[in-house]
Amino acid sequence: MTSSTPRRPGPIALAALAIWIGLLVAISLWVARASYGWLPVQASNAAPLVDGLFSFETGIGTFVFLGVISVMAWVMLVHRAEKYDESDAEPIEGNTRLEVIWTAIPFVLVMAIAWYAIQINTELGVLGPMEHIHLRDSQEQQGGYPGDRLPAEQVEVIARQWSWEFRYPSQHVSSTELHLELNRPITFRLVSEDVLHGFFIPAFRLKQDVIPGRAIDFSLTPTRLGRYRLRDSQFSGTWFAANQADVVVETAEDHGLWLKQAAAAPLQSGLSVAAAEYTEQQTNPRGGWPTVVPAPPPQVNVPGSSSLPHDA
Amino acid sequence: MTSTALSPEPPASWRRYFGFSTDAKVIGIQYIVVAFFFFLVGGLLAMIMRGELITPEADLVDRTVYNGLYTMHGTIMLFLFIFPVLNGLNNLLIPTMIGAPDMAFPRLNTAAFWLVPVFGILLIASFFLPSGPATSGWWSYPPVSLQNPLGHLINGEFLWVLAVALSGVSSIMGAVNFVTTILRMRAPGMGLFRMPVFCWTALAAQTLQLIGLPALTGGAVMLLLDLSVGTSFYRPEGGGDPVLYQHFFWFYSHPAVYVIILPVFGIFSELFPVYSRKPLFGYVYVCLASFIIVGLGLIVWVHHMFPSGVTQWMRNLFMVTTMLIAVPTGVKVFAWLGTLWGGKIRLTTPMLFCLGGLFNFVFAGITGIMLATVPIDIHVSNTYFVVGHFHYVIYGAAVMGVFAAIYHWFPKFTGRMPYEGLGKLHCLLTFVGANLSFLPMHPMGLMGMPRRVSSYDPEFAFWNVLASLGGFLLGVSIIPFLLNMISSWARGPKAPHNPWNAIGLEWLLPSPPAEDNFGEHVPTVISRPYGYGTGEPLVEHQADIERALTLQEAIR
Repeated sequence: MTSSTPRRPGPIALAALAIWIGLLVAISLWVARASYGWLPVQASNAAPLVDGLFSFETGIGTFVFLGVISVMAWVMLVHRAEKYDESDAEPIEGNTRLEVIWTAIPFVLVMAIAWYAIQINTELGVLGPMEHIHLRDSQEQQGGYPGDRLPAEQVEVIARQWSWEFRYPSQHVSSTELHLELNRPITFRLVSEDVLHGFFIPAFRLKQDVIPGRAIDFSLTPTRLGRYRLRDSQFSGTWFAANQADVVVETAEDHGLWLKQAAAAPLQSGLSVAAAEYTEQQTNPRGGWPTVVPAPPPQVNVPGSSSLPHDA
Repeated sequence: MTSTALSPEPPASWRRYFGFSTDAKVIGIQYIVVAFFFFLVGGLLAMIMRGELITPEADLVDRTVYNGLYTMHGTIMLFLFIFPVLNGLNNLLIPTMIGAPDMAFPRLNTAAFWLVPVFGILLIASFFLPSGPATSGWWSYPPVSLQNPLGHLINGEFLWVLAVALSGVSSIMGAVNFVTTILRMRAPGMGLFRMPVFCWTALAAQTLQLIGLPALTGGAVMLLLDLSVGTSFYRPEGGGDPVLYQHFFWFYSHPAVYVIILPVFGIFSELFPVYSRKPLFGYVYVCLASFIIVGLGLIVWVHHMFPSGVTQWMRNLFMVTTMLIAVPTGVKVFAWLGTLWGGKIRLTTPMLFCLGGLFNFVFAGITGIMLATVPIDIHVSNTYFVVGHFHYVIYGAAVMGVFAAIYHWFPKFTGRMPYEGLGKLHCLLTFVGANLSFLPMHPMGLMGMPRRVSSYDPEFAFWNVLASLGGFLLGVSIIPFLLNMISSWARGPKAPHNPWNAIGLEWLLPSPPAEDNFGEHVPTVISRPYGYGTGEPLVEHQADIERALTLQEAIR
């Protein structure tokens, strides 16, 4: 490998380069700040941590991207061959020092990012979303009301093809709309009756697959009042896209009131867009291929709605 | 030496492209043409999907149909387009670049190719079954993939598993052949560190195929048994573990991404020197980086499973290994920039495709680091952010690299020059269409739109309209390409042996080369590839060979 020393750039070129790098840094900082706006509202204590990390990587990524694109744009503008110039350029075959530098810099950079991310991971684990997985015991497999065998503070989340059911064991309440108390840590017990589902609340920045045959404990703390979407994030079949539910974060008083009213409400069919669409199609077929029949809507105290305006 | 160049051309009947040929150059073109047929089929499915997604409601097609479309789009584009098209390039380029007369096992090569239309027809046939095609995505995760509402033995999922298994057999046959050819059949004097980078990347990619494919095939066999015989490898109600499948699947299917992108790195490394008129910057490092990517690529698969319920230490470990891949990849990107720097840049169609592909690849690399970061991945995994990321890799970088390669080597293997104007139009439409279609997928995903949905909340509509318009533009972009290929192959100007003034053994063959390439007269390689501007010849008696080729072109 023949090494060659590039010509020393003059002071004007160095100053121009410094100004250009300064400009790229400024743009990157601006994009990093703007990146918060690309994400939904922050509604859990995990969200600021995730968003901070995303903004950090967006800033670094913008700088790297613009740096590479600057070089490409420069060579396309300045190093173009003249028309009818068939000659070759000066043969520079490599430069070991440069190779070492551009191996070391990305290495240090990605390890720094990884170290930062591991800190956030640990912090998130302390905050809650560190799941504990165990097999569902035979009694649980039979279904039935979990009130007498789950810890009182847990909320059971049952995913089905295609509906979400939430059970509050201590109050004997079940619902197809998830209600949570502001700033109070909550632990879910995620179970699936059929296939893989994904418990994904974008405003909380949290997601956990729900795995049939296992019960997964999953904790989080909501930090913002409002109505948010819970979406199924692991493909679950025909009505996967319609398998959504609302998450309502409310004050302690409102939550207590809701639980009280819900406990008094009679059981009725819960929200299941899939079941509704399926029934509709039985009378009014629109073609397509055979499908798994949706599970009947769960019988709940509070059905909720699929069409209320949501914050994220 | 001159006798090679003056030997008569083989009787070039177009009929040989429709039969069982053992000539790697015929098989290569067969692979590429069949791959582009399936590219059009897969693209048509994508057009219908983007038509469905231009509005929030599920209104254009039934939800089951949408699920079938997205499943078949992914499966066709991977197993019937990108792998076959790259194997086509391998067939054309590996023997000619290393000076071999053909592949090591020509009949195995024929068999590997003819499996492609067989499993292609098998897969497409599933559209016509009563059950419809497979609808559980190209991952085909159980238990949803094991649900069989009609209860038929022959169902869409069954044909899907069969097709994927046959694709694996075909790929293993190809990989054995490519690795053997590269290791055993190089021209005299061509040590490994005088081998073109495309061959290095092909060697790396095919090594990955040999290591990874058995895991996928084993996983698929168990899936087939669960589906058809009622075993419980993955069925939770029988004590099986659905997450186990994900390990089998991703142990191969993540390295599969490197099987796709490594040869494209090879194409970039071949073409940037030609159109910059400079040697490849840091050739040895670029060669070695491919194998570092192979090693790391085998230990990153769990990053596809961060939300599947893996423990914290696994998440951290696989995040670190994934991020390390940025280092050898960075070495390559900087090597290409070093090659461009101070060159004499010629913005031909292949060069523009390479520059566009590099632009898209750098963007995809940055979103790749974000996806490797566990807390960010937890939020964006299984959303459109991932769809945007991998379409930047596969379409933005890999498909653009494949187009670059086709325009660059088209004259060599057809003997005709492609048209520059149509080529540049194709490049412009592809670049704009890809960015317009795939960039909006990133904000969609960040806002929380899951992938694989047939309907979505209205707040995602704006970005989906943009993505659909970009998608339709990509659909249009293929028209100038097809026009160019058909018309220039039929009546384009005759190509000289080295129209781009490139350095490489393949450019010392006539266009198109004789069936046995150099035949008995394989030149002896005496220097590194990419000696642009050094004045060093690549092979012994190079001036004589070139003079003979020029003479032959003058009298034809």
